Amino acid sequence: MKYLNQFLIILGISFVGEGLKYLLPLPVPASIYGMGILFAGLMTGIIKLSAIKETGKFLIEIMPVMFVPAGVGLLTSWGLLKPLLFPVSVITVVSLVTVFAVSGRTSQFVIRREKKSGKEDLGNE
Amino acid sequence: MNDFIVNSAYAGVTISLISYALGVYLKKKFKYGFLNPLLLSIVITMVVLLGSGVDYEAYNQGAKYLSWLLTPATVCLAIPLYEQFELLKANFRAVAAGIVSGVLTSLVTVLVLSMLFGFHHQEYVTLLPKSITTAIGMGVSEELGGYVTITVAVIVITGVLGNIFGEMLCKIFRIQEPISRGIALGSSAHAIGTAKAMELGEIEGAMSSLSIAVAGILTVAGASIFASFI
Repeated sequence: MKYLNQFLIILGISFVGEGLKYLLPLPVPASIYGMGILFAGLMTGIIKLSAIKETGKFLIEIMPVMFVPAGVGLLTSWGLLKPLLFPVSVITVVSLVTVFAVSGRTSQFVIRREKKSGKEDLGNE
Repeated sequence: MNDFIVNSAYAGVTISLISYALGVYLKKKFKYGFLNPLLLSIVITMVVLLGSGVDYEAYNQGAKYLSWLLTPATVCLAIPLYEQFELLKANFRAVAAGIVSGVLTSLVTVLVLSMLFGFHHQEYVTLLPKSITTAIGMGVSEELGGYVTITVAVIVITGVLGNIFGEMLCKIFRIQEPISRGIALGSSAHAIGTAKAMELGEIEGAMSSLSIAVAGILTVAGASIFASFI
């Protein structure tokens, strides 16, 4: 019964997420609403971690495979993409690398600055 | 042959899983960064389809159930987030600064490069949501009048590239804090990058999951402003 209940809770939340997507006029997918609902449920204790843990971890572990069909789907959009291939490739690569560097370095800068000031505070005490 | 595959519910899933397993095996055996299981799996499946003359729709008859699991799997990304909540609270400013700067960088680089390439409005807005998760990105592209099919293709390519080169980029830019690695992967390569973050560690995975949601929502607002620039 354990896995049945866990699967039920996770799919039930996905379903409520779909409901919210239907009701609210925002371009937010059902999965993001669902993630918010599960997070709120866990934080408030309404949903116990043990009530979803194993099935949840299983789904997260096999998640990369779920992107294979979308990737293979590039076969069908190839015709549309082909004429724009050069500019789109440049934009994709440049923006990926800069976003990666900027978001990573910015947060690391703040973390290290806060660590440092934390240490100095301790030193002053 | 096509007939059988069209009517088979398991062919697509089986090809995808076998090629993914093969990718994992090759990666373990040769340890080259480019032997990424996801990339290998996509390429092998493409080769099998093209070689056997099975078309994508037939393959997707079965494979669509893998995509179907994406919504519940994304919902479950709340689990690592919950488990790492204390860490998130303690580093709130760093997390917020990382994600906001990432979203702005994405919009600005697309704007500047689209200007350089002389893109029209429709091509420009097609690429604006390229760094965020497919489901949100499609909505943004549609709303702003882009080519939704190309948006999806670019989002997937961005994610796969982030998944393949994520570890390398962390080394090049000396991003060593697990929190920052997670934010970089999630902000630049959404859910596919998060799959890599999960492999790197619990903290990376949690921060990357958070980035998908926050960067996605911020981009919805940001893209509608940026859309008027070209």
